[in-house]
Amino acid sequence: MTLPTVTTDEIDPTRLRWRRPRLRLGRWSAPLGIAGAAVALLWILVAIFAPLIEPHDPLAQNLAILQAPGHGTFMGTDELGRDVFSRVLSGASVTIPLSLLLVVMSVLIGAVLGSIAGFFGRWVDELIMRITDLVMAFPTVILAMVIAAALGASLLNAVLAALIVSWPSYARLTRGLVLGLRQSNYVVSGQLLGFSALKSLWRDIAPNILGPILVLASLDIGTAILLLSGLSFLGLGAKPPTAEWGSMVSDAVQNFDSWWLGLFPGLAILTVVVAFNFIGDALRDALDPKSNTLRGGGLTL
Amino acid sequence: MTDQPVLSTTDVVVEYRGRPPLRAVDGVSLAIGAGEVVALVGESGCGKSSLARAVIGIEKRASGSVRFDSSDVPVLGIRRRPREFTGMQMVFQDPNSSLNPRRRVGDQIGDGVSAALARGEAGSDPADWLERVGLDAKAARSYPHEFSGGQKQRIAIARALAARPRMLVADEPISALDASTQTSVAALMRTLCLDAGAGMLFISHDLSVVRRIADRTLVMYRGRIVEAGDTETIWQDPMHPYTEALLAAIPVPDGAGRLPVTPDDEDRLSWTELIPEALERTAE
Amino acid sequence: MSILAISDLHIDLRTSDGPRPIVGGIDLVLEKGRIHGLAGESGSGKTMTALAILGLLPDSMTATGSIALTREGSTTELLGAPRQVLAGIRGRRVAMVFQDPSTSLHPQISVGRQLTDHMRHHLKVGKQDARARAIQLLERVSVPDPAGALKKFPHQFSGGQRQRIAIAVALACDPDVLLADEPTTALDVTVQAGVLQLLRGLVDDIGLSVLLVTHDLGVMSAVADEVTVMRAGVIVESAPRHQLFTAPQHEYTRSLLAALPGSTLEESPDVLVQELLGAPTGAAPSPATADAEGDE
Repeated sequence: MTLPTVTTDEIDPTRLRWRRPRLRLGRWSAPLGIAGAAVALLWILVAIFAPLIEPHDPLAQNLAILQAPGHGTFMGTDELGRDVFSRVLSGASVTIPLSLLLVVMSVLIGAVLGSIAGFFGRWVDELIMRITDLVMAFPTVILAMVIAAALGASLLNAVLAALIVSWPSYARLTRGLVLGLRQSNYVVSGQLLGFSALKSLWRDIAPNILGPILVLASLDIGTAILLLSGLSFLGLGAKPPTAEWGSMVSDAVQNFDSWWLGLFPGLAILTVVVAFNFIGDALRDALDPKSNTLRGGGLTL
Repeated sequence: MTDQPVLSTTDVVVEYRGRPPLRAVDGVSLAIGAGEVVALVGESGCGKSSLARAVIGIEKRASGSVRFDSSDVPVLGIRRRPREFTGMQMVFQDPNSSLNPRRRVGDQIGDGVSAALARGEAGSDPADWLERVGLDAKAARSYPHEFSGGQKQRIAIARALAARPRMLVADEPISALDASTQTSVAALMRTLCLDAGAGMLFISHDLSVVRRIADRTLVMYRGRIVEAGDTETIWQDPMHPYTEALLAAIPVPDGAGRLPVTPDDEDRLSWTELIPEALERTAE
Repeated sequence: MSILAISDLHIDLRTSDGPRPIVGGIDLVLEKGRIHGLAGESGSGKTMTALAILGLLPDSMTATGSIALTREGSTTELLGAPRQVLAGIRGRRVAMVFQDPSTSLHPQISVGRQLTDHMRHHLKVGKQDARARAIQLLERVSVPDPAGALKKFPHQFSGGQRQRIAIAVALACDPDVLLADEPTTALDVTVQAGVLQLLRGLVDDIGLSVLLVTHDLGVMSAVADEVTVMRAGVIVESAPRHQLFTAPQHEYTRSLLAALPGSTLEESPDVLVQELLGAPTGAAPSPATADAEGDE
């Protein structure tokens, strides 16, 4: 098929006119992204410095039981006399590193498998994709619950369970991206120059698919947090007395009148998840070459 | 031209799946020697791209052989391309997808240099290559998007030639360029190939450009070569009806207001006949 | 007699660094029943000029000047005309054919519908009349089996046939002016010959006026009556066809003609290469030219 001979230097009027349908954020995505980054950074600092800033030992049960916020404590105390504020801070150092670890591992496993499937094709692709389909066929949370329950309730097992259900979407995405580039002229040129499969993947394909993967990953951090908190909420994750937001909310169910017990950990989850979502949205818009919002040309990653 | 052709094919057939299977290339044999520029011309759908891709090993052959320096050319697959075959390089039609958008231009030309070195050939400086194709040596640090289509194509040519190939397969390399630079880029490719002692298979639908740079021309119609031989002879005195029609349809920019000849249906029927004498046009 | 007159047309692109001129003041007259060729390389502004006539410029561009359409004594100003006026003009008085035959027709609407919908909207004809007229049009553009073609879809036709159908759609409402933007560039040379013959025939037989935008000087030489050459948004030369090709006045025109492989100015490949590597007409080759007009 012959290409039309007009070069790309001619400004294409249809491309200038068609604007990508803006979702709810539109031109707000950049400031929101920055706000999200600020909040996320704040929480990461909290996670790192929690032991230094918490006013009380999160595990010490030495305060008055079920005290509402205000009487000496910032967020009140729980049914065992522990300071909620300290537990919320401490919870950050549990949830955030584990969620980030979860996403990083899922991306690595998924991207490697997806790349192999997309690049080599044929039976390799079939095999990897059928396994991916198999895992994806199960409802995520339920599968995670089953695995966590089978392995025994612990935070690490919860992470493992979450990992098993999370990698397939990255494998799918990566495979699609690799397939899209596989037949590109520059990839074929590389092969003609004697590139090995690894070199082709690393040099030619990886840098050009990083963008969408990164966007998915950043949007996924929120999901990871919810998944881990959810598993802990169901008793399949953090074991008492560990301060973890999900299990704190779960405990709060028993003492509904003491509103501060569920509200603050819940707000913590909310703010972190929303913060990372804003970052993900901003990244997606920044990387979209057709977007006129952030920089028109997009980031180079 | 030396005795042993650098590239030779015998009865190559390329088929695509379908009911019935589509025979894009229907038994093509050709030979190209070192320092020879051979053009393959034809209109869209004649199979010239499929042939080019089969020759270099991107496409699978249904039957027939392709030999590069008397070794059978393997199809690109999971295995790494055997070293000796990096002496065969390709330039593609679309300059915009021929370069990795995320790597500097100099590094990409450097890949070509590495391929040459791996074969024990002489190394070279990417900056030199940039100058040889008419770009600034400082451009080596730039990224592809900073260049125009024509400039990108010249960078792709530089990368291919940096690998010191003995055969360059160019699949419509100038079709996507500005009309005013098409001929000069084609001429550049010829010059650089000849300087390197390489042969070139130049695929194009533009007979006028081909006339300027090709020693021999192969005219392809519906998967078969219908006329082959010395370029100028074919141009002055086409033997096959399809070649005649092709030449007559080219509008001549002489300002005479003459409409090019439109072939009619009867003409088209005569294009499928094979004329053995037309396959060996020699210079007078 | 002038049917379309462009006067002092300026087109600017709004950028973050201020307005960037795309077309810098051009005048052009299209005579009735003639083919006027607008030649130039990519970036010369020729396509934008054509789009401006029908008000099809993107929102990021502003146009000033005058584009006057004259018929039967009355003149309509097209530039900046209200939407209603333009809607009555587009397709009805001035129609357009684009370069890529695979995207100029709606892939999911039958050829017949694409012709008749158009007609029924503008001409207010009944279904039967529209159908008969559609068959006539397809015959006029030499599409085989016109009645059968009505029911088919664009992908069932070859590139050349699709372009002919696009021309038929453009002609459906009997426009006075046809704008053709690189109508044969994407076609094989044997197919192009047929489409050029068709265009010339339409002009000679039914008095259609055509503004033909193309970079292909061979095409210009074959069908254009007058030729205007643009470069970087301005006109460098405008002359009757024969004169332009045999006695070009402007240096740029001469260089365009000289760059042609089939030109009468013979140059060996080595000279061409020297031009490419040296500093030919225009800027020396340099990498970072964000607004590179074509190549060199």
